[in-house]
Amino acid sequence: MIEEWGLAGRRFGTFVTWFLLGGDLYTAYTFIAVPALVYGAGAFGFFAVPYTIVVFPIMYVVMPRLWRVSKQHSYVTAADFVRGRFDSSLLALAVAITGILATMPYIALQLTGIQAVLQAMGLAGTGILKDLPLIIAFIILAAYTYTSGLRAPALTAILKDILIYITVIVACIAIPAALGGYGHIFHVAETALPATKGSLILSPKLYSAFATLALGSAFALLLYPHAVTGTLGAKSGRTIQRNAALLPLYSLALTFIALFGYMAIAAGIHTKDTSLVVPLLFLKTLPTWFAGFAFGAIAIGALVPAAIMAIAAANLFTRNIVREYFATNETPRNEAQVAKIVGLIVILGSLVFIVAIPLKFSIYFQTLGGLWILQTLPTVMFGLYTRWFHRWALLIGWLVGMVIGTLMAVAESFKTSIYPLAIGHSAILGYAGVWAILANIVVVVVLTLIFNALKISNGKDHTSAVDYVTEPAEKIAQ
Amino acid sequence: MSNHAGKRWYWLFLIPFVATLWPPFYASYRPTVAGFPFMYWYLILWIFLVALISGIVYWIDLHN
Repeated sequence: MIEEWGLAGRRFGTFVTWFLLGGDLYTAYTFIAVPALVYGAGAFGFFAVPYTIVVFPIMYVVMPRLWRVSKQHSYVTAADFVRGRFDSSLLALAVAITGILATMPYIALQLTGIQAVLQAMGLAGTGILKDLPLIIAFIILAAYTYTSGLRAPALTAILKDILIYITVIVACIAIPAALGGYGHIFHVAETALPATKGSLILSPKLYSAFATLALGSAFALLLYPHAVTGTLGAKSGRTIQRNAALLPLYSLALTFIALFGYMAIAAGIHTKDTSLVVPLLFLKTLPTWFAGFAFGAIAIGALVPAAIMAIAAANLFTRNIVREYFATNETPRNEAQVAKIVGLIVILGSLVFIVAIPLKFSIYFQTLGGLWILQTLPTVMFGLYTRWFHRWALLIGWLVGMVIGTLMAVAESFKTSIYPLAIGHSAILGYAGVWAILANIVVVVVLTLIFNALKISNGKDHTSAVDYVTEPAEKIAQ
Repeated sequence: MSNHAGKRWYWLFLIPFVATLWPPFYASYRPTVAGFPFMYWYLILWIFLVALISGIVYWIDLHN
């Protein structure tokens, strides 16, 4: 059954769920990209800290509702829920396609972590050899995902995080000790950052960009298919809530990972390729054997989220595209087999992505992915609370949000996801995803009023209010 | 089964949003703690506070 392969039978307890969701939150890409941003921009890169602070309250309140209704109706994806709630396979298709599109470049970018590490170690070959280690890593990923489904990354996540935590703890003690302490590191960064148009303390003109990027990213993270898969794999709504209180430990690790950017400045690392900031810092300031250990941690760290993402994309493709449009009489057994094969295709597809397409396009696509997935917020998250919104209004609002967000990213040449919104004579800097979602919500509300007034059919809700609040264990107890 | 609308203690969760998404509160260098400028140790402190708030909300949830 697809629930076994794709959600590990919804049986993960607090411990495994913690590692699984933590693996979603900080990936090999985070390990490379966040310090790289801090290295150049300074304080702005620390938007990742409020982002990972506010994500857990949202998760605590919202995700157990999704878990409970999904358990009740055997939903495997967010799009399954949307289909049941709004009686609209088109709206479900929109959510599924957005999820798949947003996930693919994210998987590809996990591999940049491995590439950066190999390059820093001077191991990156030329020609076909350049991609050989990546191909090997992907074959391992494909094989274990195919055979074990969500259980594979869950077990690897524990190993990966032990390695990552050791790396972070040692590095954030040993590197400052070698460089003259945190006070000195901040001082050097403050002096050096203006050269790259950065600053150690956030400048007032960036306040709105910083806050909207943090808030928008927090909602986007929970809407990503891999976060939904990690959440639905838990054994109860309570498990998710307990995790929301325990997961901030990852935010703490992430803060120190971000500080690697300043440590690199203080250590005198100069590189145009900012993805090399952390590997070069480790090579320069840590013993070679420990740098090797850390690189291993980053490499394994790439495989765990990549596997969860591939499974999540496979679940969406199987449930909401294949079953919906091509094989409507699928048996559960066949369905699981389809999902496993799709999982393989997704993994191979992202390998092609990273080998054949220049890295900068993956990053552009990833920027788009974040603001695209955010456009499913009214349908998925508001939908968990109310069915007031009209299904056609939600679909049109989604489309408007997708178009506006994409146009804003294009206008900025994909270099940043921050867009200056002109209001009167001044411009407010903000996350394009947030501007797009505001437009999306306005359209949804206005059209809902119009469609309801015109009495256009809003379909039948296959869920009931009690489904969202009932813990299955409690029902058994009664 | 308690109704979601009745969970007034969930409003506690608004505090970290206001505290960390309003940069004027913390975008300054001083006072420093152990070499960390205010902005940095303030945000680190909030990581612990959000865990604490979630823990409190969880505890209240369990006993209701």
